[in-house]
Amino acid sequence: MKKIYLDHAATTLVDDNVLKKMLPYFSDKFGNPSSIHGLGQEARFAVDEARRKIAEFLNCKTEEIIFTSGGSESDNLAIRGIIENQISKIKMQNDRVKIEKENQKPHIITSVFEHHAVLQSVKELEEEGKIEATYVKPNRDGIIEVADVEAAIKKNTVLVSIMYVNNEIGTVQPIREIGKMIEKQNQKSKIKDQNIGRIFFHTDAVQAAEYFEMNVDYLHVDLLTLSAHKIYGPKGVGLLYLRDGVEIKQQIVGGGQEYKKRAGTENVAGIVGFGKAVEILNNKSKIINNKNGIENLRNGLIDGLLKIPNSFLNGSREFRSPANVNISFLNAEGESILLNLDMENIAASTGSACTSGSLEPSHVLISMGLHPEQCHGSIRFTLGRSTTKAEIGKVLEVMPKIVEKLRNMSPMK
Amino acid sequence: MENLYSEKIMEHFRNPRNLGEIKGADGVGTVGNPNCGDVMRIFIKVVSRKLVSGKPEEYISDIKFQTLGCGAAIASSSIATELVKGKSLEEALKLTSKQIAAEMGKFPPAKYHCSILAEEGVRKAIKDYRKKIKQLKILKK
Repeated sequence: MKKIYLDHAATTLVDDNVLKKMLPYFSDKFGNPSSIHGLGQEARFAVDEARRKIAEFLNCKTEEIIFTSGGSESDNLAIRGIIENQISKIKMQNDRVKIEKENQKPHIITSVFEHHAVLQSVKELEEEGKIEATYVKPNRDGIIEVADVEAAIKKNTVLVSIMYVNNEIGTVQPIREIGKMIEKQNQKSKIKDQNIGRIFFHTDAVQAAEYFEMNVDYLHVDLLTLSAHKIYGPKGVGLLYLRDGVEIKQQIVGGGQEYKKRAGTENVAGIVGFGKAVEILNNKSKIINNKNGIENLRNGLIDGLLKIPNSFLNGSREFRSPANVNISFLNAEGESILLNLDMENIAASTGSACTSGSLEPSHVLISMGLHPEQCHGSIRFTLGRSTTKAEIGKVLEVMPKIVEKLRNMSPMK
Repeated sequence: MENLYSEKIMEHFRNPRNLGEIKGADGVGTVGNPNCGDVMRIFIKVVSRKLVSGKPEEYISDIKFQTLGCGAAIASSSIATELVKGKSLEEALKLTSKQIAAEMGKFPPAKYHCSILAEEGVRKAIKDYRKKIKQLKILKK
């Protein structure tokens, strides 16, 4: 029986054309881009070409792209890189004026429902006593309000990090509006040195790249995280967009690669694949068609699932990724639903994190004001390029039976 | 999912033993809570039998469970009920989470609490039965 894959937010398969483009870089074209000889230069050319394609996609300069090992590294580099650079700047300034100023810890604003790659970076810096942090809460619809971010800004705020599309509930955050608001704040505060006394804006756009505007000027962002394996590219490669002139403290040291911002021999095949994946994605007309098609399928899935009694959609329906469905079924446990789906050859995911190490209910759903018992029965379906109407039909055929079966087994009536 | 759970757990998950409720059960034990995601309820029927020595002994003649929870919670309830069905109350009270976990086979360490819940469920049902008997005796007096 064919597998029905509805977990595209976890990862996507590698597009055939992407794989084809990558393969020579494992064998014939195996050179190190830093080598002077022909093989090396061949690899260098391939990396440069991928960088150009991606720069076109993001509407940025090639030097503004730092290739990394993926979304998590990019998020870590953005948060730690900015903060540690700020700390050394503040120290230098204090040394110059020879006064020890109180309360000069940099302040970060992020949201409570960020990806853990951001959240844990911020929490660690907080525990190390290096920063102050404010965690903005989303509204009941799973949207971070611009006014709440603005209200959290303090004199010592140096970084705002808000994700573009939430990975669990697919809600789309007002990145452009937050970016513009921060720009206004920066204009107000008459900055002399562009790397001190201003607020930087980072967005984790990993879940957004497939469907939403990625023009960094349109978005008014200074830093942006992307990952290849969410857009039909390979795992193990991502990037951090870093606006020209914005300084960060390098985290991986020991080489001059990536404009001296990330050491280590380039993952040439991975970067080549990333470039190809972005090139395919950059075919705008294709994206729009794809987006509408997927959105229709998603709506069918949401409407069908909501017919099951005692179910509700998590997160705004209006401001939502066209690929995301996240629904809670009261009195049915998420992992049990997943296991039953798996027996029907349907791959989905649970927001309840109950499958792995953590037994805590989803921090995303809790942050929106849901009760733990409402979180435990949440299921996420994420659609992709290959999703068909027949697949959605199959899910809608089996889900009511699964939920009914589990509810019949439950002592809670 | 085979890498997450043993085949035995999956088998019990697919075909749970002793699933359901006993109307007019002699003892009922409910453990866990919806907040943490797992709720188990164990129903028992208790009957007295005569041992070879002539001494009477109370044993679990029937047992059923209802569980709201993950795969491990459902499988551990099913396995626990199988382990104590037909056993005397004294023996059933000796059932430990360790035993249940060993029967379950492979599962993520974080799921160990499921076997604890199953042990507690059985104990609580037996306690409930004993409490009821005590009250009955007092009433009769």
